[in-house]
Amino acid sequence: MNIVVPVKFVPDLVEELEIDKSGVALDRTYMRLIPSEQDEHALEQALLLKERYGGTVTVVTLDTGDVDEALFTAIAKGADHVVKVLGDGFAEGINNHAASSVLQAALKDIAFDLILTGTQATDDLDGSTGPLLAARLGLPFVGYVTGVEQEDGKIVARKEYPGGLVAEMEVALPAVLGIQAAEKPPRYVVTSLVMEAMKTAKIEEVEAGQAEGGGAAEVARMYLPESSERAEMIEGNVDHVADALVTVFRDRGLLA
Amino acid sequence: MSQEVWVVAETVRGEVMEITYTMLAAGRGLADKLGGSLTAVLLGHNAEGLAGTLGVADGVTYVDHAALAEFTPDAYQRTIAGLVKGAAPRVVLLGHSSMGMDVACGIGIGLGSPLIASCQTLDVQAGKPHYVSLTCGGKVLAEGELPEPSCLVTMVPGGYKPKDGRKEGAPKVTKVAPPTALDDLKVKLKGYIEPETGDVDITGESILASVGRGIGQRDNLKLAEELAAALGGAVSASRPVVDQGWLPTSRLVGKSGKSVKPRLYLALGISGAPEHAEGMRDAECVIAINTDEKAPIFDIAQYGATVDVVKLLPVLTEKIKQAKGS
Repeated sequence: MNIVVPVKFVPDLVEELEIDKSGVALDRTYMRLIPSEQDEHALEQALLLKERYGGTVTVVTLDTGDVDEALFTAIAKGADHVVKVLGDGFAEGINNHAASSVLQAALKDIAFDLILTGTQATDDLDGSTGPLLAARLGLPFVGYVTGVEQEDGKIVARKEYPGGLVAEMEVALPAVLGIQAAEKPPRYVVTSLVMEAMKTAKIEEVEAGQAEGGGAAEVARMYLPESSERAEMIEGNVDHVADALVTVFRDRGLLA
Repeated sequence: MSQEVWVVAETVRGEVMEITYTMLAAGRGLADKLGGSLTAVLLGHNAEGLAGTLGVADGVTYVDHAALAEFTPDAYQRTIAGLVKGAAPRVVLLGHSSMGMDVACGIGIGLGSPLIASCQTLDVQAGKPHYVSLTCGGKVLAEGELPEPSCLVTMVPGGYKPKDGRKEGAPKVTKVAPPTALDDLKVKLKGYIEPETGDVDITGESILASVGRGIGQRDNLKLAEELAAALGGAVSASRPVVDQGWLPTSRLVGKSGKSVKPRLYLALGISGAPEHAEGMRDAECVIAINTDEKAPIFDIAQYGATVDVVKLLPVLTEKIKQAKGS
């Protein structure tokens, strides 16, 4: 099974986020971008399927800046090919409608049976890359997937519903799946293997065609929420916080 | 231009999912302000009876077909796209959920309709419908006008009370045939796997010590277990902890896990992303411990502290034991 994994870079939510002067977008001046966590799960699921059924894994990412290390890490983990899509304005942010049109063009010369990507990314505002790409390619899509098996030339995807119920969906290939979580946690690779990949592997580069961003709604204002009901913050050291919490528990009759 | 608002109902095995009522509550308010009608769209097979639970809507469009008996992305996408194409309602609300997100993008691309995801509230300003969406794990809000003439919106819970989407009385049901052929489907439902049982039922616990990414490593879980034991509660978790395999899915709180309403919910190293908030915002008392003072969990919690959860836990457990002993 030949698998393509599109990886999206998203703002690192651990860092402080700010809105830029336009008031309609995130300030990207000092923003740290990291591979979307669910896309890391998609890569892990792809590698597990390769180990189980053979085939290749190709990772594709838009050149939003500083993506090489992630691509070499993918090689070190077991990906066969890594592709960087070059284009104007990716670093300034690109909506998912546009990104999916660019990915569609980049996949023109890549043969695949399956595309695995994260069910969603934390900064999606106009739908997610996976189902948008599936629609452009005219392929079936199933999201919220936490496990994949191959059966008689088809695949069976385990799809999560609320409350822990799981649906088994039989999907004809080629197809696109949105991965919620891989069957195992994403593997860890030591730095030496990544360094090795940097020396021996090659990042393939393709030029992006014209991006089609229509379909995303315009943002008139972007802002940080100001909650009217913010928690009463308990200041002080661990000892002080623990004392205060015990008082809250007692007052609420939770220590009975 | 139509001012009609549609809500696409979500059902599994003959049960209407909670998000449907959130959407009906949102849709009712929007339709009233726009001066349009609210239509619920129900897909199924021999499921007409479910229309009676959608009483907040002015009418229900019910599509009956064997291939629509249970949700599958291909059949549902084709059917909803066919209905939307014919009527071009002003707004179509779908769940930002396992079902809605599977079909919304495909419907939008197919019809050339714009899509707004992760919407929490809808309003009308100067006669035009507006959205407010969550992004960046709930740390940032985006708002704007719903593009004309027709657009799709996927909705997250939290902005409306599901009870406001429920009303006695059966709306007028219009039964229609599928607008497009439902043969040669690329996705078929093979069956369901029931949720794991046998483990602690976290929905029945009155005190939950819930751990998130901030717990750091697997070994630290025992600190939360000791705290839960001292309080007479159980340990639950957010997504990253379950995805790491540190706790079973049965302990997961949130969108694809359980919804809990304990007397006390201790959010330990949990950021409070919308997917998690969905499962715990109705807890009686939420106390959040997180080193990131901007974490959205502090907007849900009654009490909060920014100390390191791994350092706090053993101290807190000890003090609880002392307090209970005295």
